[in-house]
Amino acid sequence: MKRVLLALTGTIAGLVALLSFKVQTETQATILPSASGTGGATAAPGNVNGTSTAPSGGTTATPAPTSAAPAATVVTLDGAAVRTRYGTVQVEVQMKGGAIASVSFLQLTGRDRQSQEINAHAGPILLQETLTVQSAKVSTVSGATYTSDGYRQSLQSALDQAAK
Amino acid sequence: MTTKAAALPLRRVEECMGTVFSFDVRAAGVESADLEEVVDWLHWVDANFSTYRSDSAISRLAALGRARTADGCREEVRHVLARCEELREATNGYFDAYATGRLDPSGYVKGWAIERASDMLIERGSTRHCINGGGDVQVIGGQAHCEPWQIGIAHPLHPGTLAAVIVGDDLAVATSGSAERGTHIFDPVARAEPGYWSSVTLVGRRIAECDAYATAAFAMGEAAMDWVESLAGYEAFAIAVTGRTWASSGLS
Repeated sequence: MKRVLLALTGTIAGLVALLSFKVQTETQATILPSASGTGGATAAPGNVNGTSTAPSGGTTATPAPTSAAPAATVVTLDGAAVRTRYGTVQVEVQMKGGAIASVSFLQLTGRDRQSQEINAHAGPILLQETLTVQSAKVSTVSGATYTSDGYRQSLQSALDQAAK
Repeated sequence: MTTKAAALPLRRVEECMGTVFSFDVRAAGVESADLEEVVDWLHWVDANFSTYRSDSAISRLAALGRARTADGCREEVRHVLARCEELREATNGYFDAYATGRLDPSGYVKGWAIERASDMLIERGSTRHCINGGGDVQVIGGQAHCEPWQIGIAHPLHPGTLAAVIVGDDLAVATSGSAERGTHIFDPVARAEPGYWSSVTLVGRRIAECDAYATAAFAMGEAAMDWVESLAGYEAFAIAVTGRTWASSGLS
């Protein structure tokens, strides 16, 4: 089991490297519960479970669904399930003192399209968890308008190249 | 990959309007000739609306100053100028084709061109496609096998990384910011360069208006948060120059 998990972690890391997405430390603590779509549509699965208590330091997770409590406790956060080209991935992050202590996979599906489909007709859903954002299979990238020269350094250019 | 069942994505990357347009069409029946017509039309728009070409309709109008009348112009020119005026009113003056003092509707023209290009593909039978015009995006339908589109939002403070991902179908996603070309947006109300946001992303249904609204929200600074919440059919995700992120209530 451990071997399989390591292998899959390798492929996901490979995808991240392919698109030059770097994990950012400063946003690691910002873990939002999945957003609900406009008009009350179904949102991505995912929730935030404080197994012990809320984050310490006062500068960590933005939404604090659990009540505030003492420092240095371990908080477990379940990310939204996100499809990558290797299947659906849902991670569980354990945070200690505002830093990520461990990451494990709750879901890693291969070709099972039935599992954890994000409702295609939901309103716009925002994924902002660092880990899911950096491994998400994006089709395109929105950003400040680039010039023809700027395009060559853009993520959109990398995606266009990868599709060839 | 020899199966014919799944429609192969039809891709095209085209330099136009000083930027690059990326097409990703995933609908069976749409052919490269269809895409060619759309691309030709984009170049027609560039020729007629460019402020860099002295012979364009817009340059000739701009030379006339505010006294200009678009009455003798083509329908498309009259449409663009009329929409710019409506958008100036809808954004309390923050979207202004005269922000620099001289007529420059480019802030609307690109989004309008993307929207019109998307409509042209729909008219030619497309049910799924994504058009990215220099960072502004219109998606129709979902990806192959009906997955929703996933649209990354470039992080303005960390080039090469994503700040967030928007997931959904039939969406317009426009980002205004200073990351790529410096602060090229002028706040026509305060008569200064806006300095609060590093980038503002608006999510709506149609890219022409969405793009103009993103420009206005960027220029508004902090006031953009209340303004976006007051808009029907729009959500926003923004990153301040301090790095702080904000998402509108429908997204967070």
